[in-house]
Amino acid sequence: MKMKLGKMVMQVLQSVFKKPATLNYPAEKPAAFERFRGEIKFDPSKCIGCKICVKDCPSGAIEIKKIGEKEFELSIDLAKCIYCGQCADSCPKKAIALTNAFELAQLNKENLKVTFRAESPDEPERNPLEDD
Amino acid sequence: MSEGDFKIPVGPQHPSLKEPLSFSVALKGEKILGVDIRLGYNHRGIEKACEERTYLQDVYLIERICGICSHAHSTAFVQAVEEIAKLEVPKRALYLRSLIAELERVHSHLLWLGIAGHEVGFDTLLMYTWRDREIVMDLLAEITGNRVNYGMNAIGGVRQDIDAPEIKKILEGVKTLEERTKYYIDVATEEATLIERLSNVGVLSKDDVLRLNTVGPTARASGVARDVRKDDPYAAYGDLHFDVITDDHCDVYGRAVVRLKELMESYKMIREIVENLPEGPISVRAPRRIPAGEAVSRYEAPRGEDLHYVKSNGSDKPERVKVRAPTLANIQSVKKMLEDRYLADLPIVVAAIDPCFSCTDRLIGVSDLDKNSGKVMSWEELVSYGVDWYRKNRGVDLSKLNESFVKGRKYS
Amino acid sequence: MISALFSILIFPGFLFLSTVALYAEYFDRILYARFQNRKGPPWFQPLADFIKLLAKEDFVPTEANPGIFRLMPLVALASSVAAFLYIPLWSVNSLYPFSGDLIVVLYLLTIPTIAFFVGGWYSTSLYARIGSVRTITQMFAYEIPLFMGILAASLLSGSWSLSDMAAFYAKNPSYMAFNVIGFVVSFIALIGKLEKAPFDIPEAETEIVAGSFTEYSGKLLAFFRMTFDIEFVVGASLLAAVFLPFGLTLGPILGFLVYLIKTFFIIALISLTRTVVARLRLDQMLAFSWQIIVPLALVQLFINIILKGLLKI
Repeated sequence: MKMKLGKMVMQVLQSVFKKPATLNYPAEKPAAFERFRGEIKFDPSKCIGCKICVKDCPSGAIEIKKIGEKEFELSIDLAKCIYCGQCADSCPKKAIALTNAFELAQLNKENLKVTFRAESPDEPERNPLEDD
Repeated sequence: MSEGDFKIPVGPQHPSLKEPLSFSVALKGEKILGVDIRLGYNHRGIEKACEERTYLQDVYLIERICGICSHAHSTAFVQAVEEIAKLEVPKRALYLRSLIAELERVHSHLLWLGIAGHEVGFDTLLMYTWRDREIVMDLLAEITGNRVNYGMNAIGGVRQDIDAPEIKKILEGVKTLEERTKYYIDVATEEATLIERLSNVGVLSKDDVLRLNTVGPTARASGVARDVRKDDPYAAYGDLHFDVITDDHCDVYGRAVVRLKELMESYKMIREIVENLPEGPISVRAPRRIPAGEAVSRYEAPRGEDLHYVKSNGSDKPERVKVRAPTLANIQSVKKMLEDRYLADLPIVVAAIDPCFSCTDRLIGVSDLDKNSGKVMSWEELVSYGVDWYRKNRGVDLSKLNESFVKGRKYS
Repeated sequence: MISALFSILIFPGFLFLSTVALYAEYFDRILYARFQNRKGPPWFQPLADFIKLLAKEDFVPTEANPGIFRLMPLVALASSVAAFLYIPLWSVNSLYPFSGDLIVVLYLLTIPTIAFFVGGWYSTSLYARIGSVRTITQMFAYEIPLFMGILAASLLSGSWSLSDMAAFYAKNPSYMAFNVIGFVVSFIALIGKLEKAPFDIPEAETEIVAGSFTEYSGKLLAFFRMTFDIEFVVGASLLAAVFLPFGLTLGPILGFLVYLIKTFFIIALISLTRTVVARLRLDQMLAFSWQIIVPLALVQLFINIILKGLLKI
């Protein structure tokens, strides 16, 4: 093996004139991917209350509650969710889907429990779960 | 130990170790006289937790044993379950599993190269290799949906399919990475200070490898051609053309060369997989209850041979899951490698076996060969044993936690 | 009296030197970052680090000797600032020239290293002890070549005073070319003194946590780090004054600019070296120094002795 001292010098000097590889987060955001597994989104009109998603969730993060005739609401604890997407795969009516949202941090741990209801399927309510 | 010798602790928290393990190093000046190793700081009770969850949930739990070799553990587990259930996995799924496996190997070896540079004080190599690793991470995120913990495997096949646009991106990414890897091979074989630090350090002869049973690139750098992909082909490796890379240097330099050349082989394999992808479904329907039986499955993780043993009893939860990670086989050789070396070599020797203690810390049962008895504890027995031990030996009372652990579980 | 105090404390003394030192650290870090294709810190980062460290509490370990533990950072800082007063910066004369001030400068620059050793040893922590022993061992490797390289240049000029040397080279600028080997030797030895890669063994983060400074925190650590930066500028200025003594007769404004350019050029070279090499082990460094660098320094000495006889100066 022939030995040189400072083999990376040329590459290193050229890097000074290139744009840095750093992403200026939060001013610049990384590219969004179509299949990215972020926060879930729930369509209450499709849900039939079979609760397969509750059974299959690896961390027990989902709860389905009946609030009326053929009306259900889904509550999920975002701190327990592992964003695997098994609930979306298991649902026979495709009522659950995964979005691109990943900036989900909150200052108060109670705000991580979100509920999806029929009145506001797009904007979930962030409130603590009531005790049954 | 004479006057002037002393013992320093390296770990469990130390700037050079990425994961906790404890060395107690006996030093004389700068020379190492002996090393005592303690493991177990990352034990999380995963094997026992697997018995409380269904097979479907276990796939995700096993995947999260480690972030870098997550696909390795997930595939090995799924292969074992499919063997017990006698499922015929479609060819396209096998090819896709191998594709993700090779992409994971690429990302793991690039990460290792950066860490090796950092341990010898060559931070520039760290920054450059990790910048190029972002290409692989983005590829994996495009295909599977996440940068680590891919969630690609399901019992009976894979969960995601790939199309022409993804294939195009894969080929472009691999082309860029191949040029960059050729440059890193030049740097590693020519940069004088790097060669000085890596040569003749951590020497492990061929006899030592066979005696201590090391696996992976650590063994292949001493001339032992041990690779599960060739010895016992799984997934699509029976169809792919590749070489097993060995090297004769027997030291850390050899291990670096083996990993770099394996990167080039991986690029070849990725191209072959993508160009010969068979048509067909990507999974078969798997039953929820797996019939009784047991199976062992092996997988060549980036760090070596990964072994999974699964025993089922006809219900929808496994009876026993055992994981033997490659680092457990390699850690014994660290003691041999550090004999008669300097303190400055300790970080790079440990980094050369590519340790991953999240994978390693599982429960080992020590049985008395004379008495030929073993003991199987239930969850409650295990928890109360732990509480008693801590009360007796450390004076700490953990019985309040006992209640929430035993009674507060809420899985299906 | 007032002008003396002004020179020592404000310009070009302590305050000016500290500002240039902080800027030199920023320059070094931003170059290091750009070489690695990264963004780098903002311009006020070293000042912010210094202020933050001043605000933190400083612990003294129970078994350490508190008097010596607290004294060492001040000793190191004071001696490195004092060395600056005798180096000709932008005119042929330094602030207080006298015959033999070359030896005093080299001596004053050795004191910080000994202060690091004593401070680390009296910390009584295992990592600090190993780090301090490494500092002293490394001193065996680079002190001799550094001295020999600089003394070879002064041999040609026939004087022990830095200011007289500068005057000599200002009169015969072509004689600078004879000292090239000495420049290379002193440059490498200076990297050893400043404990930068490939010779940053005493502060190897991945091996012994932080070496001599493991137990230091708060304002004591701030002063140690400031000593490092000031040593950086003083070492670069010394090399610039001895081996690149041009532009010293251009008058105050132009001379100041030339001084800044020379010093920052040497700092940039040190940054480049830091980026492209790995860290050597202690035994490898000693071997490299005594087998390659010291013979080169001896060669330079012989060349200068012969030249002095030949040119009859």
